[in-house]
Amino acid sequence: MTAYLAKRLIIAALTLVLASMVVFAVMEVLPGDPARLMLGLNASADQVELLRNQMGLNAPLVLRYLHWAGGLLSLDFGRSYTYSVPVIDLVRERIAVSVPLALIALALSTIIAIPVGVFSASRQGRAGDTLAMGAAQIGVAVPNFWFALMLIYLFAVWLRLVPAGGFPGWGAGVWTALKSLILPAVALALPQAAILGRVARSALIEVLNEDYIRTARAKGLPYRAVLWRHALRNAMIPVLTILGLQFAFLLAGTIIIENVFYLPGLGRLIFQAITQRDLIVVESIVMLLVAAVILINLLVDFSYAIVDPRLRGRQ
Amino acid sequence: MRLWKTILAAAVLSLAAATSAFAARTDLTLGIVLEPPHLDPTAGAAAAIGEVTYANVFEGLTRIDDNGQVQPALAESWAVSDDGKAYTFKLHSGVKFHDGSAFSADDVKFSLDRARAKDSLNPQKQLFAHITDVTAVDPATVKVTLDGPQGSFLYDMGQVAAVIVAKGSADGNKDKPIGTGPFKLDHWAKGSEITLVKNPDYWGTAAALDKATFRIVPDVAAAVPALLSGDIQAFANMPAQDALAQIQSDPRFSVVIGSTEGETILSINNKKPPFDKLAVRQALASAIDRNAIIAAASNGLGKPIGSHFSPGDAGYVDLTGVYPHDIAKAKAYLKEAGLENGFSATIKLPPVPYARDGGQVIQSQLKEIGVDLQIIPVEWAEWLSQVFTNKDYDLTIVSHVEPNDIDIYSRPGYYFQYDNPKFNDVIKALGTTVDKDKRLELLGEAQKILAHDVPAVYLFELPKIGVWDAKLQGMWTNWPIEADDLTKVKWTD
Repeated sequence: MTAYLAKRLIIAALTLVLASMVVFAVMEVLPGDPARLMLGLNASADQVELLRNQMGLNAPLVLRYLHWAGGLLSLDFGRSYTYSVPVIDLVRERIAVSVPLALIALALSTIIAIPVGVFSASRQGRAGDTLAMGAAQIGVAVPNFWFALMLIYLFAVWLRLVPAGGFPGWGAGVWTALKSLILPAVALALPQAAILGRVARSALIEVLNEDYIRTARAKGLPYRAVLWRHALRNAMIPVLTILGLQFAFLLAGTIIIENVFYLPGLGRLIFQAITQRDLIVVESIVMLLVAAVILINLLVDFSYAIVDPRLRGRQ
Repeated sequence: MRLWKTILAAAVLSLAAATSAFAARTDLTLGIVLEPPHLDPTAGAAAAIGEVTYANVFEGLTRIDDNGQVQPALAESWAVSDDGKAYTFKLHSGVKFHDGSAFSADDVKFSLDRARAKDSLNPQKQLFAHITDVTAVDPATVKVTLDGPQGSFLYDMGQVAAVIVAKGSADGNKDKPIGTGPFKLDHWAKGSEITLVKNPDYWGTAAALDKATFRIVPDVAAAVPALLSGDIQAFANMPAQDALAQIQSDPRFSVVIGSTEGETILSINNKKPPFDKLAVRQALASAIDRNAIIAAASNGLGKPIGSHFSPGDAGYVDLTGVYPHDIAKAKAYLKEAGLENGFSATIKLPPVPYARDGGQVIQSQLKEIGVDLQIIPVEWAEWLSQVFTNKDYDLTIVSHVEPNDIDIYSRPGYYFQYDNPKFNDVIKALGTTVDKDKRLELLGEAQKILAHDVPAVYLFELPKIGVWDAKLQGMWTNWPIEADDLTKVKWTD
């Protein structure tokens, strides 16, 4: 177990270093000059050059990479060109939206998907199963921004129960802030739940065909006990894998939903930073996300060990 | 019975309370599409900075009203010397910055000297290029000396980048803007909203609103429900697109179409063959049909233009008839240029609807005369580096939103690569002419040269699509400069 852990950690560290080089290189080859973007059409070439010097953009590439990567090691993520505040402050503001939103969406999708998956698997091929999987098929197929707009028109424009968008901040009160996250969370959760439900169903069906399930039934265990205690637990590994991937996606891949609900989340910050060529913000946040994804994958690996005792003894 | 009466009385009272609360509404939430990168108009070109701060947070010596006229602001009056070289501004007294420090002539001197300094990063530094000296004569008097008479000096001092800042707070204005205006910054939730509150110590007429929130709504699809749900009560310029008809038919909202300073043009790389030939440019101008472009690229709302000049500005000459839409004529021009079989070229389109939609129409229109355009979509950063800075382009579509910017065709090194000594002379004369009639005459002449010589094909003036709650008054109809001046905005019953 320790050797396994050590190996995973070394791979994680190497991935981080490699990712930092790729991220930096990709941002550098993008055409576009942040200084010209800030100063606009009327500024002279001299002024642009002056600002480039101030921003340190004229230093050699390798030096700038080392400076940036060295900063990351000491948890200094640099300062945003456009906002001129530390990147970490921007990230902190955005995480206060993105992380709760991702967690709520993930919880919602799990609460919906697992029972639906169990329901469908235990009625495989019957009307209830067909209905549930048909609904899941629609859930996967409907674009989430369209679904989001329908939610907005129903609950915000017509019923006026929740705001149509925006995020007032946690300072405005927990309930007020949560209210503005409900619709986006539902819009994000349903397609995820549809995918997760299908995965849970097929994993469960596979497990239900195993010999030990028949044995358990044969020794007289009631069907429900077999389903929930033996089968579901063994079907959790693919479900957890998908959950891990979904959480990583929900953290920053939700830019369309963030735009529709104009939420100040991480995805929009990255998008905005790319269009404004706020290179340092893009580079640092992408690195943070890479680190987060690696961390989530490590956690998923550990959770396998929890659900599957056989993995605990393995290398 | 008694109980019923009590309930009724309570209901009437609460209704009365509700209506009076409604009548006294003093808060406003406006939607803006782009978030300003920071809030210092003297340090960044982004139009959103001016939208939020101009006239609300920061003020200049003069100000520009919604008809594009110069009005007094921090300077209550001024006198011009006989040779037109010296302006003496008399300043308002009792003016305070938002941090409590007093405003005086020294702040004017500081602001102007800072903007024209060698290491200045002011995005409109050229506005201050003719100033040779700024002297604080006494705390309420400033004398500005120029290197020659400047026809547009008072207008320039009212522009967004010419606002007056204080020495003690200038460096922090990006995050904590300290101005002299009727509103001050309350808080800025980055990515979400910027809230201004009324400045209780304002020197002039107090604003009617107590609180104004600029909420960032980046998506067209989100803007409409935000308006319909009442979350947002005003868009100075709404990205409404196809939803405009629906909003126009809703009596709860006012839709006010105004003008801007945005000349939307098909820019041409004038040094790049075959566009260096006048006949080729004339062919382009004759081949395009402005009305079809306006219908596709601006909901049919833009005003057609024939030169680089806003139809709303004094001195405008209608030159849309110089090259009327005429395919046969366009083909004749191509023949004259020796290109009767047409040619291929590229058009780089920035990510704005007017360019992307207009570009497709122009592509199909030019196909009719045998010009084969390849569309290359670019983002703004690429546009700025490839097209604007490196001049690596054939054609592009862009809206030049800077006010009174016809002089850009005489700037050396500008991306049009256009150099016409005759035009340059007119612009030079215009710079030093103060007499109003003479100026209008010169402006007309400049417009005509461009219309005939086609350094760019002039398409339409970008409209300002104002949408707000019908009970709201005092929003600007036009955008002579991109500003959401809230000083006269109020709710009515």
